[in-house]
Amino acid sequence: MKKFVLILSLLCLPFLASGCGSDNRAELTVYNWGDYMDPEIIAQFEDDYNCRVNYETFTSNEDMYVKVKNSSDTYDVLVPSDYMIERLIREEMLRPITKDNIPNLTNIDATAQDLAFDPGNQYSVPYFYGVLGIVYNTAQVTDPVDSWDILWNDKYASKILMYDSIRDSMGASLKRLGFSMNETNEANINAARDALITQKPLVMAYVTDNVKSLMASGDAAMAVVYSGDAAIIMSETDNLDFAIPKEGSNAFYDNFVIPKNAKNPELAEQFINFMLTPEVAAKNIEYVGYSSPNTPALALLDSSWSNNAGFNISPEDLARSEIFMDLPSDIMEIYNRAWTEISVSK
Amino acid sequence: MKSFKETIAYPYGLWMLIFIAVPLLVVIWFSFLSNPDFKAGIYTFTLENYKEFMDPVYLELLYRSFLYAVIATLICFFIAYPLGNLIVSLPGNRQNLMIVLMIIPMWVNFLLRTYAWMVLLSGSGLISQFLGLLGFRDVSLLYTQSAVILGMVYNFFPYMLLPIYTALKKIDPDLLRAATDLGANHFQMFVKIKLPLSLPGIVSGSMMVFMPAVSTFVISNLLGGGKYMLIGNLIEQQFLTLNNWNFGSALSMVLMTIIFLVLGVARLITGKELDTGGQIL
Amino acid sequence: MKKILKKLAFALILLFLYAPILVLIVYSFNDSKIMGPWAGFTLKWYVMLFQDRYILQALYYTLIIAVIATTVSTLVGTISAVGIYQMRSKLKRPYLLLNNIPVLVPDIVMGITLMSLFIFAGMKMGLTTIIIAHITFCIPYVILAVLPRFNRLPENIFEAALDLGATPRQAFWKVLFPEILPGVTSGALIAFTLSIDDFVISFFTAGNGVSNLSITIYSMAKAGINPKINALSTIMFGCIMILLILINIRSEKGIKNIQ
Repeated sequence: MKKFVLILSLLCLPFLASGCGSDNRAELTVYNWGDYMDPEIIAQFEDDYNCRVNYETFTSNEDMYVKVKNSSDTYDVLVPSDYMIERLIREEMLRPITKDNIPNLTNIDATAQDLAFDPGNQYSVPYFYGVLGIVYNTAQVTDPVDSWDILWNDKYASKILMYDSIRDSMGASLKRLGFSMNETNEANINAARDALITQKPLVMAYVTDNVKSLMASGDAAMAVVYSGDAAIIMSETDNLDFAIPKEGSNAFYDNFVIPKNAKNPELAEQFINFMLTPEVAAKNIEYVGYSSPNTPALALLDSSWSNNAGFNISPEDLARSEIFMDLPSDIMEIYNRAWTEISVSK
Repeated sequence: MKSFKETIAYPYGLWMLIFIAVPLLVVIWFSFLSNPDFKAGIYTFTLENYKEFMDPVYLELLYRSFLYAVIATLICFFIAYPLGNLIVSLPGNRQNLMIVLMIIPMWVNFLLRTYAWMVLLSGSGLISQFLGLLGFRDVSLLYTQSAVILGMVYNFFPYMLLPIYTALKKIDPDLLRAATDLGANHFQMFVKIKLPLSLPGIVSGSMMVFMPAVSTFVISNLLGGGKYMLIGNLIEQQFLTLNNWNFGSALSMVLMTIIFLVLGVARLITGKELDTGGQIL
Repeated sequence: MKKILKKLAFALILLFLYAPILVLIVYSFNDSKIMGPWAGFTLKWYVMLFQDRYILQALYYTLIIAVIATTVSTLVGTISAVGIYQMRSKLKRPYLLLNNIPVLVPDIVMGITLMSLFIFAGMKMGLTTIIIAHITFCIPYVILAVLPRFNRLPENIFEAALDLGATPRQAFWKVLFPEILPGVTSGALIAFTLSIDDFVISFFTAGNGVSNLSITIYSMAKAGINPKINALSTIMFGCIMILLILINIRSEKGIKNIQ
């Protein structure tokens, strides 16, 4: 018995040792999307600024919102998307940015600034942007991919991957029917829902990031993905292409924000400024794969990126795309209910 | 044992009140509220949440969860019972070895094992390749109802095996020998002796599989590809994504009531408390 | 013939149970970031594992939580079991009912109820809340494992020991404790296993930087498990196997000594 305990504890030692040691450095807590920041850059920031970064990840804006709103945990930096930033501003949960503390803001292209969800960029600093589209296997998909309709084509039954998010999947369905992605009319929302229910038997799965391995192995023929994920998938796998449907799509902007109750807002602003430095941003782009509005950083990139359809989004596609707006809760209830009905249907 | 008073159990009793009873009461309370604003001290009592649940959409969901759990339980039983018998027929130390071998997989993180099943079941995975050899082209079991049920069976199978094995082991072999001497065949032995005597183990095992199966959300999420929402998923969604804690609480209460009802039925059948088979270890 | 069928049955079951584990182990040596086609043998994931601060931290927390939860729940559970055994049934029934709730209630509900309590009470979610949660669901299993041992004790064994001249202390440690020890050990083992493997309850009660292995894996599971995790599980699995072999050798030695 004693020997058992002894051996067990000996085996645990190397693991326990890794967590030991006290820490008196300043702390920064960052809450970001999964796989959305190069860990080496985070380590570099810790070294340069002699601090410790607590890095947590979330998988959707809604999950992040619930956590930030309800728990007593405090964060110094969040990276929400446009409509969520809109909501956070409206609910007075954000701290205004002191632009003087972020001189690197000048690196950001003007088209990514001063957008409807945060006029004048009072609260947010652009990080990455992208467009929702369809990545598809050119060997398996023989029809032209230029419309959301292809996701309803039963030729590709059980090889279609949809995005596991209410607004994105509903958005695709709404656009296909000619409605807005910010639709508030209940009848139209329900029409989009019905179309998704019709589509369900053709859907292989509703995924978020498992998309990469399914497209890489050829198990799936097409998937609704964000341009950045498409860029990464395409850089690692052949026979793939990315298209933004002609009906238009969703453009998103993920920006840095600082919550009102941040413990270390000065360090947070230093962090954001650091992330905007061209060399740092370029390194990060190569890791994350999403499109960046950081002009000098783009210039530092390898030329292969400019050929990547998931990375290089044409201004026309961007113009045809809508940014999500934060919808009032009674409208969201209609969406939520529709989503549940889709999930329950056969 | 008069030297030890029952008071030494009181501290834990207090702990239970704080961390088991109160949280449950909080959730029950939440389930009867509608859009409370605690900071403003506003809350209204309502049956709204429960009424909302009575919608065919949600009832369908509950039925599906129940169905999958029952199927998984049955499959576990039909594998575990014969297996238990087989193990009992092994020599003593071999029995322990076999049981331990069956339990070890549980020590590897269950999420990882479920994820590994995703790899195995995928279109390019080993299972599909194997089925391809048998002539079933282009079949992927991943993201199907079968995958979800398989996940349930895989993860909860040991919970069925242990109580059944414990119960079978307790059966006095002399009893069986006497029965054979008196002319009973295998079938009669099974129905008249083994089954009734191992019934408590069967019921325990079934409950230990049914309960987690009916409330899981991870298995349906990973192996079902989000296509087969179960009540566990709905509850998780209400709390973590939709921020609708009131409805989520009501759903949790419904789930708990169902489980307690099923437990009540199990108790009636066996007349005993649950035996989780923990004595084996 | 029967023997062959028997062996086949066992082989099939073991194959079924171990298939995913084998997959995990094999892919820990695969030179590719995704669990897809084989791309060559490599040990790089094992190296990268020890450089990954987040995974190691998650492992550290997992072990710390498990060790604390197991120790506390075994101690409290055993002591309380002694008390429960003495309890008059009027108190015993509701006490045991309350104790059974974490066992019977689905872990999603346990997770949610605890999360609601912590938020309602304004507690900061973190290491403390996870440990409290783990202790709460571990103790019942310890009690369930230990208590039946008391019921099986020969009548008045304690009094008999006292009659024969033992002090209450000696009677407890030399007579009572060895009888309940198997129950205490199984209880501790069950508690440890439950804590190490727990996902759902930890998911709802973790907070601010504290993440255990399961939570880390879940956030990876949707994105694609990084082979470093495969490497970690292979190592952990290896440790378990070594432990079990050691225990087996020891118990066989014990048997040989008796013989």
